[in-house]
Amino acid sequence: MKRIFVTVGTTKFPKLVNAITTEQVIQTLLSLGYNFVQIQTGRDFSKVEFDSVVSPPPEIKLEANSTIVTVNDKLTIKYDTYFENFEKEVEESDLVISHAGAGSCLEVLHKRKPLIVVINEDLMDNHQSELAEQLQKDGYVYCSTCSTLKEVLKKDLSKLRPYPKPDDSLFPRYLDKCMGFT
Amino acid sequence: MESQLRLELGILFIVLIVARVLFLIHKVTTGHSKYATSKRKSSCKTIICIGSGGHTTEMLKLVSNLDFTKYSPRYYIMASSDVTSMQKVEELEKAKRLPTKGTIDYRIYRIPRSRVVKQSYFTSVFTTLYSILYTTPVIFMIRPDLILCNGPGTCIPVCGLAFLLKLIFVKDTRIVFIESFCRTQTFSLTGKILIYFADNFLVQWPSLKRKLKRSEYIGQLM
Repeated sequence: MKRIFVTVGTTKFPKLVNAITTEQVIQTLLSLGYNFVQIQTGRDFSKVEFDSVVSPPPEIKLEANSTIVTVNDKLTIKYDTYFENFEKEVEESDLVISHAGAGSCLEVLHKRKPLIVVINEDLMDNHQSELAEQLQKDGYVYCSTCSTLKEVLKKDLSKLRPYPKPDDSLFPRYLDKCMGFT
Repeated sequence: MESQLRLELGILFIVLIVARVLFLIHKVTTGHSKYATSKRKSSCKTIICIGSGGHTTEMLKLVSNLDFTKYSPRYYIMASSDVTSMQKVEELEKAKRLPTKGTIDYRIYRIPRSRVVKQSYFTSVFTTLYSILYTTPVIFMIRPDLILCNGPGTCIPVCGLAFLLKLIFVKDTRIVFIESFCRTQTFSLTGKILIYFADNFLVQWPSLKRKLKRSEYIGQLM
């Protein structure tokens, strides 16, 4: 089973959630052999929208707090508003598609999972794209927008560099020196 | 005659204050206050400015690696509206305390926000004033040795008051600013202000270090 985890963190980003179910992205996912997509939708997500061109029409089921969609019997997409066990979901996935929040990106990077960061172009004054672009420049992630997601998905995930573990002693050593402890 | 004397004394007083402010800013911006000049034997009273969301996560990650016996007591200052951050602080303190079976040596202060996200710069002048008024007794009571901050609006009044303590020779408080991990090319508003007041100015990306000579990049922190 090839899994993808899509997360928007504690913000809202319905454009990203809907981008997953555009025909081109669905076709790309099918051709790449993905068969399960877990989406954490965040606030303000009303209902699953599908391009009318997707055929045969996907089957939509409601189960507890989640919505489950099956396309062609091959691809299952599950929608949940929030996630209790974010870490477990990341660990089980083969690819994570995340909004550009530093917290979400770092958690995925620390777990050494391939990551595509989707920049929200509607937030123009937002400095979050700064971080996403830097992480892409350093080769840790691929950056995308909602409209380029279909192409970015095809990129070779094995070419991404693993994110190094931070040295936890750096800051204490520095501060001890500043304060005159050493 | 007497009024003339009073005027002259007044002018002299103002000149002295301005000179002191400029001297302190000069000392900070040239990096002369980067390291302590003498060896410290007692633990240091630390104020930790807690922001919200990502700022809190970053700050607590940095704080969690510190030796709490050296940095004691710790005073966490956060926005009064922030419940999540308070829980996170309490979790961290508990996790650090359990293995050592130590006593509680921290306190949480909650102050009104000086600026909420997207608030205009003009109105934030007034909310900042209110926030300063509220913070003043807290800072004068604590008289901290160290202030750690990483960007949220709440840290501006705290740092401003600490600067005042320094100005009037009450306490030589060290201000350590760590720019957020999100900032790779540009400084945050808090960063732009603290360029003149923080004794230590850390950034988390080499690309940002190149933008400000006195900033320091000590390696990957997150």
